[in-house]
Amino acid sequence: MEANLKEIVLNNSNDIVKMWLEEVEKHRKHDYTSSISDELFESTNREFVNVIFTSLEKQGATNDIEGFAERLINLGWPLSYLTDGMQAFRRVTINYILGQSTKVDTQYFSEVLGKVDEWVDPVINQLVNEYSGSWENIVSLQKVALQELSAPLIPVMENITVMPLIGTIDTERAKLIMENLLDGVIKHHADVVLIDITGVPVVDTMVAHHIIQAAEAVRLIGSTCILVGIRPEIAQTIVNLGIDLSKFPTKSSLKKGFESALELTNRRIEDIQSKNNEIEELVDSLDRE
Amino acid sequence: MDFQSCVNIKKEWDIVGARQLGRDIAKKIGFGTVDQARIATAISELARNIYLYAGTGKVCFEAIEDINERGLRIVAMDEGPGIRDVSQVMEDGFSTSGGLGAGLPGVKRLMDDFDVISRQGEGTEVRVVKWLR
Repeated sequence: MEANLKEIVLNNSNDIVKMWLEEVEKHRKHDYTSSISDELFESTNREFVNVIFTSLEKQGATNDIEGFAERLINLGWPLSYLTDGMQAFRRVTINYILGQSTKVDTQYFSEVLGKVDEWVDPVINQLVNEYSGSWENIVSLQKVALQELSAPLIPVMENITVMPLIGTIDTERAKLIMENLLDGVIKHHADVVLIDITGVPVVDTMVAHHIIQAAEAVRLIGSTCILVGIRPEIAQTIVNLGIDLSKFPTKSSLKKGFESALELTNRRIEDIQSKNNEIEELVDSLDRE
Repeated sequence: MDFQSCVNIKKEWDIVGARQLGRDIAKKIGFGTVDQARIATAISELARNIYLYAGTGKVCFEAIEDINERGLRIVAMDEGPGIRDVSQVMEDGFSTSGGLGAGLPGVKRLMDDFDVISRQGEGTEVRVVKWLR
């Protein structure tokens, strides 16, 4: 009986394929694949149905499905195309088998349903696994990439380094900020570290707490931490929250912070223009003589 | 009352989702940048309290549009252990988690109306309103 069902399907694969293609084509009109060219859609359908039949024939030949799914993932086809296709296959096959048999009682009906499910479900599972595996892979790669960018330390001058922070700070990132900050201060022999929070959208008590801790840790290893880039609205919320940031210097902009960092290391910015003027004056005076 | 939308808090990143939605709604109502920052910070505090102390919960937003007044109501609710002594947590500098202890009193100062209902073992509900002026 079981072998019979499979035989029916395999022997009449042409009919089933035809029905399946019609079914999938019907689905297409009101859905995602409308932007894909007819030729590509048709050839992919043919390939898909071949994959379904080979997996049916060999009962668990997974390589074909894997390769097919991988190619569709790379092309950016939606997962719903595949699941819809498999569901269409289930419908078509059941209809076909039931249409072929003369006597249909409940037992036979449930047997057919069970058998077709046995064919279809493993394929759906595998397709979904392939897709979600590729998504998880992308997400974890992006997480790593984001982490690399999350706490950069830039040595701008001898003894002065800057850490620009952009985006939301969560506990994981706060830890990374602390580690990078302390490592960087030691590595670059920094006397002054500027933490720039211009790009941090919200400074709540947690973020403030982590910044205070980081600044305190920097102080312990003998350097000075200046908090810069405090926007007016952030300043107001910090005051409203009642957070005490008086333990270390703060400045409105990176520019001002950098100036006071230079002051702390006994340096200053000098305009080169004035020297030119002096030389010009000198030349002028020489000319006059 | 115009619309209501909620964000479930389960992971730390849901806090970001909650405050982004809150900020968008605040912008739509017409709050300025300073008030937007205040609202976002308050949402951040409330959502973080849920994440830290209750584990899961939700933050709901409601735009208030009466004839006289317009504003944003934020309701943060959880079914966590509750607050043992509400007057204690409203003191500046009190924290059970080693934080700054500025969360709830800070939220009260950031917003206009503030209300905490907490039953031990049953959960906590914080309702705050910021009026548009």
